[in-house]
Amino acid sequence: MQKMLTIISNVLRGSASRNGARVVVSARTYADFTPQATFDIKKCDLHKLEEGPPLQAVLTREEGLQYYRTMQTMRRMELKADQLYKQKIIRGFCHLYDGQEACAVGIEAGINLSDHLITAYRAHGYTLTRGGTVREIMAELTGRRGGIAKGKGGSMHMYTKHFYGGNGIVGAQVPLGAGVALACKYLGKNELCVCLYGDGAANQGQIFETYNMASLWKLPCIFICENNKYGMGTSVERAAASTDYYKRGDFIPGLRLDGMDVLCVREATKFAAEHCRSGKGPILMELQTYRYHGHSMSDPGVSYRTREEIQEVRSKSDPISMLKDRMLSNNMASVEELKEIDVEVRKEIEDAAQFATTDPEPPLDDLCNHIFYNDHPMEVRGINPWSKLKSVS
Amino acid sequence: MAYLRSILRSGKNAVPAVLRREFHRTLPAAVQVTVRDAIKEALDEELERDERVFLLGEEVALFEGAYKVTRGLWKKYGDKRIIDTPITEIGFTGIAVGAAMAGLRPVVEYMSFNFSMQSVDHIINSAAKTYYMSGGLQPVSIVFRGPNGAAPGVAAQHAQCFAAWYGHVPGLKVVSPWSAEDAKGLLKSAIRDDNPVVFLENEIMYSVPFEMSEESQSKDFLIPIGKAKIERKGNHVTLVSHSHVVSRCMDAAAVLAKDGIECEVINLRTIRPMDMEAIETSVMKTKHLITVEGGWPQFGVGGEILARIMEGPGFSYLNAPAVRVTGVDIPMPYAKHLEENTLPQIKDIVFSVKKTLNV
Repeated sequence: MQKMLTIISNVLRGSASRNGARVVVSARTYADFTPQATFDIKKCDLHKLEEGPPLQAVLTREEGLQYYRTMQTMRRMELKADQLYKQKIIRGFCHLYDGQEACAVGIEAGINLSDHLITAYRAHGYTLTRGGTVREIMAELTGRRGGIAKGKGGSMHMYTKHFYGGNGIVGAQVPLGAGVALACKYLGKNELCVCLYGDGAANQGQIFETYNMASLWKLPCIFICENNKYGMGTSVERAAASTDYYKRGDFIPGLRLDGMDVLCVREATKFAAEHCRSGKGPILMELQTYRYHGHSMSDPGVSYRTREEIQEVRSKSDPISMLKDRMLSNNMASVEELKEIDVEVRKEIEDAAQFATTDPEPPLDDLCNHIFYNDHPMEVRGINPWSKLKSVS
Repeated sequence: MAYLRSILRSGKNAVPAVLRREFHRTLPAAVQVTVRDAIKEALDEELERDERVFLLGEEVALFEGAYKVTRGLWKKYGDKRIIDTPITEIGFTGIAVGAAMAGLRPVVEYMSFNFSMQSVDHIINSAAKTYYMSGGLQPVSIVFRGPNGAAPGVAAQHAQCFAAWYGHVPGLKVVSPWSAEDAKGLLKSAIRDDNPVVFLENEIMYSVPFEMSEESQSKDFLIPIGKAKIERKGNHVTLVSHSHVVSRCMDAAAVLAKDGIECEVINLRTIRPMDMEAIETSVMKTKHLITVEGGWPQFGVGGEILARIMEGPGFSYLNAPAVRVTGVDIPMPYAKHLEENTLPQIKDIVFSVKKTLNV
């Protein structure tokens, strides 16, 4: 038994070091760690619901390590994007997600990859959880041909299977997501759509139009408001007559929960998914979360909030630290093991950044392509009347 | 016997039903069909052909369409395929575009394209641009249809022509049918097209009957998007038009023919991509060009055609400057006499032709 466990642990550790980094062989084996533990999670505020998600969550070691790795990858990827932006290698808009990792990771843990998801422009984290690689995300940010959208979309327009972006127009993604949910119901595949928006977007009229239709037609849609307290530079109290975003669906049942706790987010998402899949129609979740960066890279993020506030959230509620503390204090992982993951993540990001800065930009003859899908080639008028460019699907 | 059976079966819709599909082999080849019925046939056939096609819009189901275009479709296809929406254009347009992204093929009806202004963000930013922005990952197969442009007595907020607005946008196809055959063939092509298509109908044309050839009665009758049609051949002047104004051009051509002036009337059929080749070929023959439209003059369809003629081979063939005949540059008035004088009439086209030809 002992021998088998040692072999298993070596295999696990070997597969964890994909990039061939030197494996730090720890003296502890798989058998030493707690395979799973149960954690108390905060109770959700409920709206038009008799009961809410469970008050406890079971976390296995594998899950914990996976959530840790993904959140850390997301964190490091966003920080690297910050660096590249300051070096002017990334241009235009760049809205970073660091601080909000538990939302993206927790949501994905509560649904399946065969479900659907759409969000607004703070989308790099979701592109990752929905199957994008760090390489193709970073190369899209730097506008290279290896980018997930071939360099033609940029930060706000990344897509993967069952992930509909990345949307630049605030609030527009909400009816789009309900439309995806309509397709899910129409095609009868028991899939649902997670439809995200921020506290700023929550006041958009089209969102209320969407609540109405989603409810009327019982669309399998989970509306999720990521309330990070600020819509660009406007705090929630200055933008919304009611900051109880989870109640603003009115006739739609809602939950408000701690968006910094990945387990809380996961359990609430599972609860919401169950609600949708049982044909009860849409449900609304408000995740209370926080972004460390400003609205975008052009916003230092301190003219409308204090550095002390940012620091306080970092020290008391950081999602990655929270998970790490839980795992360490319950003997679910070792400090070295987590450090190893950090090293691997750092390397993955470095490699991706290297690719993203050296991959060439898309060729000029790609300029006019992808206007129409499944169409015969056509001519596109160029900058002057003699410039006739070619477009293929 | 079959004939009798069909009359008994279809009740008050007996005659058109008999003429239309199943029994045309025993009847004369061409039949009279209104534009409204042609659109409905196209919708019916495409709904039948592809499970993923569905209709949504205000009053399209129970009410049978504000202009009765979708009469009978809800009874035939039910709630799942024909969806009545609340009066929330931006919301239901977004939902339709999202459904298209997830693989369905929605046909969105606007009770009037004037209401589509509320949805323009979704038509352009969510539909038209997406295939490009995603580097080819996310196509959007959707049709936006409804009455566009002038309608009698509806006044300023309900009479605007959006051909130039939508025609401006890369990533959209914009179609503007005139006849029943146009409407049927182009709508079928639009629905089968894997890209966002704006389909501009016109209320004035809904009740106008046209002869439909036997070929056009087939369930697979398609008119390609992007090809104009020469409705009337002539040697002296080219009139280019779209939608209901084509009727005016044809009437004006008949009047001018009495004076020995033969107009070539081109029905654009598609605004984007525009069939410049057809226009240039015609101009090279007639050496005179007049564009005729119901929309406003500034930055309009005619302006685009004239600019392209200037820049292309057609210019050196012109014997006179190419000109535009358009709606008056004002919001549409209500009073009948004022309204009549806001849109190109036969006399306006005749006058412009004679000025251009210097006769």
